[in-house]
Amino acid sequence: MSVLVYTENWNGKFKKLSFELASYASELAEMAGIEPVAVSIGKVEQDELMKLAGYGIKKIISVEGENLDKFDTRTYSRLISDQAKNESATIIVLADNNRGKALAPRISVRLQAAVASGVTGLPEQTEPFRIKKRAFSGNAFATLELKTVVKILTLTQNSFDLREKSVEASIEKQTAENYDTGPGPEIQDVQIQTGKLLLADAEIVVSGGRGMKSADNWGPILELAQLLNGATACSRPVSDEGWRPHEEHTGQTGKVIAPNLYIAIGISGATQHLAGISGSKYIVAINNDKDAPIFDAAQYGIVGDAAKVLPKLVEALKVAGNS
Amino acid sequence: MNILVCISHVPDTTTKIKFTDNNTRLDVSGIQWVINPWDELSLTRALELKDDASCGINTVSVAHVGPVSAEPTIRKALAIGADNAYRVDTEPLDAYQVAAQLAQIVKAGAFDIILCGIESSDYNGSNVGGMLAEFLDLPSVSGISKLEIKEGKVHITREIDGGKEMLISPTPFVGIVQKGIAKEPRIAAMRGIMMARKKPIQLVDAVQTEPLSETLEFEPPKPRPACKFVDPDQPGKLIELLQNEAKVI
Ligand SMILES: Cc1cc2nc3c(=O)[nH]c(=O)nc-3n(C[C@H](O)[C@H](O)[C@H](O)COP(=O)(O)OP(=O)(O)OC[C@H]3O[C@@H](n4cnc5c(N)ncnc54)[C@H](O)[C@@H]3O)c2cc1C
Ligand SMILES: Nc1ncnc2c1ncn2[C@@H]1O[C@H](COP(=O)(O)O)[C@@H](O)[C@H]1O
Repeated sequence: MSVLVYTENWNGKFKKLSFELASYASELAEMAGIEPVAVSIGKVEQDELMKLAGYGIKKIISVEGENLDKFDTRTYSRLISDQAKNESATIIVLADNNRGKALAPRISVRLQAAVASGVTGLPEQTEPFRIKKRAFSGNAFATLELKTVVKILTLTQNSFDLREKSVEASIEKQTAENYDTGPGPEIQDVQIQTGKLLLADAEIVVSGGRGMKSADNWGPILELAQLLNGATACSRPVSDEGWRPHEEHTGQTGKVIAPNLYIAIGISGATQHLAGISGSKYIVAINNDKDAPIFDAAQYGIVGDAAKVLPKLVEALKVAGNS
Repeated sequence: MNILVCISHVPDTTTKIKFTDNNTRLDVSGIQWVINPWDELSLTRALELKDDASCGINTVSVAHVGPVSAEPTIRKALAIGADNAYRVDTEPLDAYQVAAQLAQIVKAGAFDIILCGIESSDYNGSNVGGMLAEFLDLPSVSGISKLEIKEGKVHITREIDGGKEMLISPTPFVGIVQKGIAKEPRIAAMRGIMMARKKPIQLVDAVQTEPLSETLEFEPPKPRPACKFVDPDQPGKLIELLQNEAKVI
């Protein structure tokens, strides 16, 4: 029996999320007394694959195939389901990102396997299998019991600490055949911004709300984000106004993120906004209204005019960075 | 072409969430139920497409799996402009049961585009759409932020890491919709509300299914410690705290 984890790659490379998944799967396997196995789909070099062994993965299956370059939900879900069967997986782990969210439910139906999506930690127990997940947009946690032989979990990015644990690993190369699932969506065009830190990958996020007053005032936010090696985000009205691009909008109807540090500037802290950021480890708020609800969610706060505080903060950070 | 929009209903986001029976059930007293935000946007987009004669949309239907208490939500969807509605009369316990029920509606109808939201804002499952597609063995596209019909072809934009992908999907397919699909949800006009009273809600008998999971209990998130305030004239103090106390920078 095994815990099977799908470790997605980006142009042949893994990223921190892949190692979070590997760490999670190997710890879970230890807890359940079974073996951790990783499945990688698409071309990934040997030494890149071997990195997974640094996080406790003992068996790495690398599947390549002609029509695997493009992501088709039917093809990928069949492939992962078949791998799970071959490896007698009782637990399948995916990321709670675009891909994982698209695949988990399909695999669930194929394998009659219950799903807990958006988990942030290990199960409370494995027999019966009980695990906590986010519910009511961050306003509660629910404990689910997964009642099927095979269980599927999707792990929230940046919620599980890396656990370095080098093990001997074997790599098994496979070629996928018979995965032509018939006519599917055809990609016409792709627009990707490379080199930019993705909001979901960022450990530090600097975010601005309507209190920033206008798009012209974003300079210090960008500078802060750059100094902290973080990404920028915003509240919904800000993206609705077109002050910032839509990908930056966090909240119930935007992105749900869990960075180590979220700095909310001129954001009131409406429940719909908090829904997207309440998983952050630390929240800092800068707001001129001391009664703004964001201060109830924040561990650190500054009551003041953003226009005055931000330049000072940028200066202080530069000083701290130089010392 | 015919569009089916699957709608779930959820507590209004401003409702204070409380639980009863030793935190095993949602306390529904005082809850204002609304159409799940993404489903409202999907419905809006479906109706926009229908309004544009060049898209060739004949009907926009909505489907809900749930007990009679959800009928006001379904009526609202009809008032906004859906042509007809289906309700499967059962109280589903998990996404698998919902999808299994929706699958029979899709099989019995002739739908070309089946839309689900990325997640319900109550249980945050993100599961029904993908499960439905697998039950029907149909292609699915997730993360849809744009849906257009040009010369009978379905053009989709989906969000991917760091960008977007433009696709053309064969029909029928299941579309799983996120932000961007429509700007503002369409609001029911008086005429729509009057007409909705006369539109039928077709009752569908539930098929027998077993849930795969069970929600045992709920708990509120842990309260965060009280906020530490830093003098606005000395933001350097904040940097110190983040470096030495929180250790996050
Ligand atoms: C169904 C639904 C879904 C929604 N989803 C989302 C979502 O996903 N994400 C989201 O963000 N919102 C969402 N909203 C909107 C949400 O309810 C709030 O309206 C929104 O979050 C408010 O944004 P804000 O905090 O930037 O603006 P405001 O609420 O206007 O707050 C501005 C804040 O800035 C402060 N301020 C003003 N001037 C200054 C200054 N000079 N210096 C410092 N501070 C200053 C003010 O004190 C205030 O607290 C949703 C709403 C609904 C109904
Ligand atoms: N009871 C339901 N009836 C009809 N559609 C539903 C129901 N529950 C969920 N859905 C659909 O599935 C989407 C995702 O829901 P979920 O998987 O519960 O997060 C929703 O946005 C709806 O489109």
